[in-house]
Amino acid sequence: MMTQIVFYVFATVLILSAGMVVSARNPVHSVLFLILAFFNAAGLFLVAGAEFLAMILVIVYVGAVAVLFLFVVMMLDVRFAQMREGLQRYAPFGAAVGLVLLAELALAFSHWRVAQDIASVPHVVAAPGRTNTAALGDVLYTHYVFLFESCGLVLLVAMIGAIVLTLRERPMGRRQNIERQHERTAADTLAMMTVPLGQGVTANGGFRRPERSYYIASVPGSYGVTAEPVPQATPAHETQRGGHGADNHGGLAQ
Amino acid sequence: MTGGLGSIGIGPYLTVSAILLVLGVFGIFLNRKNVIIILMSIELILLSANLNFVAFSSALGDLSGQVFTLFVLTIAAAESAIGLAIVTVYFRNRGSIEVDDVTMMKG
Repeated sequence: MMTQIVFYVFATVLILSAGMVVSARNPVHSVLFLILAFFNAAGLFLVAGAEFLAMILVIVYVGAVAVLFLFVVMMLDVRFAQMREGLQRYAPFGAAVGLVLLAELALAFSHWRVAQDIASVPHVVAAPGRTNTAALGDVLYTHYVFLFESCGLVLLVAMIGAIVLTLRERPMGRRQNIERQHERTAADTLAMMTVPLGQGVTANGGFRRPERSYYIASVPGSYGVTAEPVPQATPAHETQRGGHGADNHGGLAQ
Repeated sequence: MTGGLGSIGIGPYLTVSAILLVLGVFGIFLNRKNVIIILMSIELILLSANLNFVAFSSALGDLSGQVFTLFVLTIAAAESAIGLAIVTVYFRNRGSIEVDDVTMMKG
């Protein structure tokens, strides 16, 4: 009796929240109702005795997928008001398709019966005394190990695909050009000065960083400057820029 | 037939799962303009399939259904990741996520 009450509570909330997912006005509410639906489906899994899958559903779906949805919904700056415009137009058609599908399912279930020799079919049963998680592991790593590994491949492809799809070549990124860095000689970057005694480097322009060497060692355009730097070394009095403070290119390319 | 399901039986599970499937299909047709809600509807459809798998697995005392639920969960996670990546790229290019003019993605 208690099990039935729990089942019907979970089932009712699951169906109501699924209805709110598809009909909520605000997509953020849709995602939150989707999370609620996943929680209730996890409850139904628990009632059916699939504890491991219930926990996986909460962890993977609520923890990763639904939060991913929430992240995308909040990241995309979409005008949600105009998104509901075609709702009245599509609602009758969608309802008709849904009703037809439901009628077909009811028809299929009404003429559906269990095969008599279902007990003689070889089952993958849990060893007696094993918990659900341990029994699932027993099956997963023996009978279904190739499917399990191909699932890992699918996830790898999905990860690479998502990265490839969303990766954007930013022209402002500061990237190294390894060849140019290796081609650099000390004469390109170092300026030897004779500093008079008692004056120090500050009086002579501070620590110098020849502008040219940064650009030569980095990918063209990656500093946000389109023009090529002057090819020859500038005279000493023009490169005096007051030391470290005025140099906003930083030391990244060195 | 009601092996691991106790006093509930498999009928209510199948009913809940059928309603969930219909709601998912209805959601696809209802939200023609919002790709994200269409992806969520697909998640609902896959959830209903999972519910069927778990119910039959529990009723028959066969663990294969739960293993396949695990695989369906994996595929659904990969699918939603790829789908959301496509939505992000599409929004970056078009400035909207309406499905009506997705046909411009053709060659």
